[in-house]
Order: sequence, then C-alpha cells, then structure tokens
Amino acid sequence: MLIIPLTVVFIFSFGERAPSGGVVLALTVEQYVNLPARWAAFKNTMTLAPIGTLSALFIAYPLAYFLAVKSHPRWKTILLVLVIVPFWTSILIRSYAWIFLLGGRGIPALLEWVGIEGLRLINTPFAVLVGIIYGYLPLMVFPIFVSLDKLDKRLLEASSDLGAKPWKTFLQVTLPLSIPGIATGCMLVFILLMGEYLIPALLGGGKVFFVGNALVDLFLQSRNWAYGSAVAVTLVVVMLVIVTIYMRLISRLGARREDVSIM
Amino acid sequence: MRFYAICVYLFLYIPIGVIALFSFNAGRHASQLQGLSTKWYGKALSNPFVMDALETSMIVAFCSALLASVFGTMAAVALQGIRGPVRVAFDMLIYVAVMIPGIVIGIATLIGLVTVFDQLNPVIAAIWPVGFNPPKLRMGIGSLIAAHTMFLMALVAIIVRARLAGMDRALTEASSDLYATPLGTFWQVTLPMIFPAILAGFLLSFTFSFDDFIIAFFVAGSETTLPIYVFSSIRRGVTPEINAIGTMVMGVSLILLISAQLLLKRERRKSR
Repeated sequence: MLIIPLTVVFIFSFGERAPSGGVVLALTVEQYVNLPARWAAFKNTMTLAPIGTLSALFIAYPLAYFLAVKSHPRWKTILLVLVIVPFWTSILIRSYAWIFLLGGRGIPALLEWVGIEGLRLINTPFAVLVGIIYGYLPLMVFPIFVSLDKLDKRLLEASSDLGAKPWKTFLQVTLPLSIPGIATGCMLVFILLMGEYLIPALLGGGKVFFVGNALVDLFLQSRNWAYGSAVAVTLVVVMLVIVTIYMRLISRLGARREDVSIM
Repeated sequence: MRFYAICVYLFLYIPIGVIALFSFNAGRHASQLQGLSTKWYGKALSNPFVMDALETSMIVAFCSALLASVFGTMAAVALQGIRGPVRVAFDMLIYVAVMIPGIVIGIATLIGLVTVFDQLNPVIAAIWPVGFNPPKLRMGIGSLIAAHTMFLMALVAIIVRARLAGMDRALTEASSDLYATPLGTFWQVTLPMIFPAILAGFLLSFTFSFDDFIIAFFVAGSETTLPIYVFSSIRRGVTPEINAIGTMVMGVSLILLISAQLLLKRERRKSR
C-alpha cells in the first residue's frame, strides 16, 4: 500500500506536464534537468537541517544527562514525561506560539525595552532554527536518555576510583557509551527535518523555504506534478544516501570501540 | 546542571503557557493583555467555520483510529505466527512507515488515489444507468481517512506487538490443548490480554490524526480539518480566537495522551 504510490511518484518524475495540470507519461529527464530552478530550497534544507539537528543535540545532551544520571529516581519518570509531552501535541500550534513570541510585540518589544532596537526575528533563518529546536528537542532527548539510563553507573564509579577527573570520565566513559543514543536521535530528527514544511512556512514567512515548501507549491498550487515528483524523488534519494553513509560511519565507530574494549 | 534543566523546561513550556494565557485575553488585540475573560472561547465555539472543521476532524480521527486499531491489531497478530524472512520484511516495512516524513506520505497518497480515481471514474460512469448522474470519486473525507489509517496502522501494530511479545505463550497453548478453536483462543484469551494496548493505540492514533496537518493538507481536497483551518487563519494574522482554539486542541490532546500513557503503564505493572 505504501510502495505502489511511491512507485507512481517515481514514474511520474520521468513524465511531462499535461496542459490540464496532470502528467503525460514519457521517458524524459527534462524534469531532473530543471532541478536547479529549485536549488534555493535544497540549499536551505541542506544547511538548516544539519544545523538544526546539531543544535538540538547540544541542547538535548546535557538535559538527557541530567535526567539519566543526576536526577532523583523518584522524579526521573515525571521529568522525562514532561519533556516528551509537548512532542505529542500539535506541532502547528507549538510553531504558532513562536510566531507570537518572535513577532513584533513579543521578544523584540522586550528587547526594545532594554535598549536593543530594530531587531527583526520573525521570518528569518534564526526563527526557523528556533522552531526546529523547539519542535524536535524531545525527539532528541529521549534516545539519549535511554542510552545513558542503561549505562552501568558502576563504570563511572570505577573510573573516578581509578583517579580520573570528572570531565575525563565523561569523555572516555560516558560519551562513548551514549553514542548509540546520539546516533538514533540525530537520525530521527534529521530525517524528519528533511521533509519539514510547517516550521519554515510559518516562521520563515516565505523567505526561508525548504524542499517541503517547494513540494507543496508544486503539487497543490502550480500543479506541476511531473516536476514535483522529480523533486520528491531527489529528496528521498538524497535522504537515503545521507542516512546510509551515516549508518556506515556510526557502525564503523562502534566497531572500533569494540576493538578497544577487547584490548 | 539543575539550573540548565530548569531553563530547558522553561523553553519547552513558556510558549505553550503564553498561548494559554493570551487565550483568556479580554481585549481585541492578540498581543496586549487587557484583563481576563473567556469570551474568545465563546466566539470560537460559535464560529460555523470552526465547528465545521472540528466536525470533519472528529469524524476523520475517530474513523481512522478505529480502522487503524482493527487492521493494526490484525497485522500484529498475524505477524506473531510468521517466522523467517517474510517477518523481517514486514517488520522493516512497519518501521519505515513510521519513519517516512509525513509530506512524502501525503504526496504519495495524493498521487496514488488520484491515479486510481482517474481510472475508476470512467468505468463507474460507463456502468451507471443512463439518465442518472454518476457519482464521482474525489478527494475528501474518504481519502483523508484512508491516508491516516494507512499511516496509523503501523503505529498500532508496533504497540500491540510489544504487548504480544510480553505475553506468556503457555496461555494460548493451554487454551488450544483444552480444545479451543484458534478463533476461540483469540477471542477469549489473546484479545482480553492485548485490549489495553489496542485502546492505547486507538487513543494515540486519534490524537495523531486529529493533530495531523501535512497529510491532510495534501489529501483533504475541498474539506477543511481543524489544523488546516488554524493554518490558513494564522496566515491571515494572529487573533485571540486562534489562541483559544489552540489551547482547546492542546488540552484535548493532553487528556487523550495521558490516558493512553496510564493504560500502557498499568498494563506494564500488571504483567510484572
């Protein structure tokens, strides 16, 4: 059921646009040759998706570490649920909240009050980045928390008993052992970001647009399905290539770690 | 460390809180708080467009959650009996279905359904009795339910499978040793045990379908669901009415989510 429509998209991408807005089947690479016309969308996605993923990682990791290692066991579950809950509620309304906060009378008005004037936040790449971090932070915290929570706390004690300083314990024991969680979190967030539409549409205000926005435009507004299919196929292929390379890297990293532990 | 955690929690909850606070704004302007009142809730609830969209959303969410629970459970139970490469392939498919970005699912369903409809419509027109207007298949509530069901089935299947995996096999074996038919075993032993998981899957699916914007945006045709309505009004400007709708939607999803979590948790405790 999922494969058939995807195949149709693939076939359509080699077709031509029909005068009525449909697709005339053909075997032409014309649509792919035209891809550079949407270069800006790909460029924005390929810069903001990795930056967003990394920023979410840097904000999420200390929180996950706090929840898994430092927090009181009695509060752990509740605190974790509090992180996850926003993720399950409507992303539309959560992004809308940021329009409200970043818009003219929100944070810029507060900043004006302290003396910083003329700062424009909404409809900038920064606004999109904030929306991305806000939207996907829970998805990043959860897998990292799971990997840190599974970690045997005796390893940390052993390390400090052997005279390692706290930051050395962290770098040499905690961080390597939490790599699977980091890898899962980054991959989940990155994949979802590649197809993101809502956050750039709402917080980018038509200035910062992703491939997802180009797709909505091509399928729903200009109804150029053949070209839209080509863009969609390219997006999926780019995504698959990046994910495959990424998985290779991670598993190699994991393999090297095992060698070390055997020694 | 603790200070940092508090900051992150503030970051997560301040925007939601601000929306909720401003939804009680008595003034006309969205961004200036002028006393508290619930008048925007009344306004939202008496707006016919909002109520229409809400009705569509409720119908779609209920039907697709119901269908997804039935088919997802069937898939999970069927997979239990299968071993080997077929099962691995299906497992992969289920996870892929959950991980694919919504926008791709939306496009794929749109194109798939339109292609099928284009083939079927002339056929229906041809076999329809002369003199009557033949019905035309097109995008609408039906296609919305179909798209959501397809995507949510996988979610229910994952939840139910987790429960099935934790179940004691001896129970079903005992049942069949006592001469229960496979169907009888399913109705009297398996189903009661996995029911909380199915119910939790139903509630989660309902919330997902109710909150979904991107898939609905592609396949809704001329129908408007609540998220689509909210999206198009946000584009026209920020109003206290949207704040009120948003707060209500958040509230409903929170209640459903917490119930689903409690169901899954109680069940986990019972199985220990």
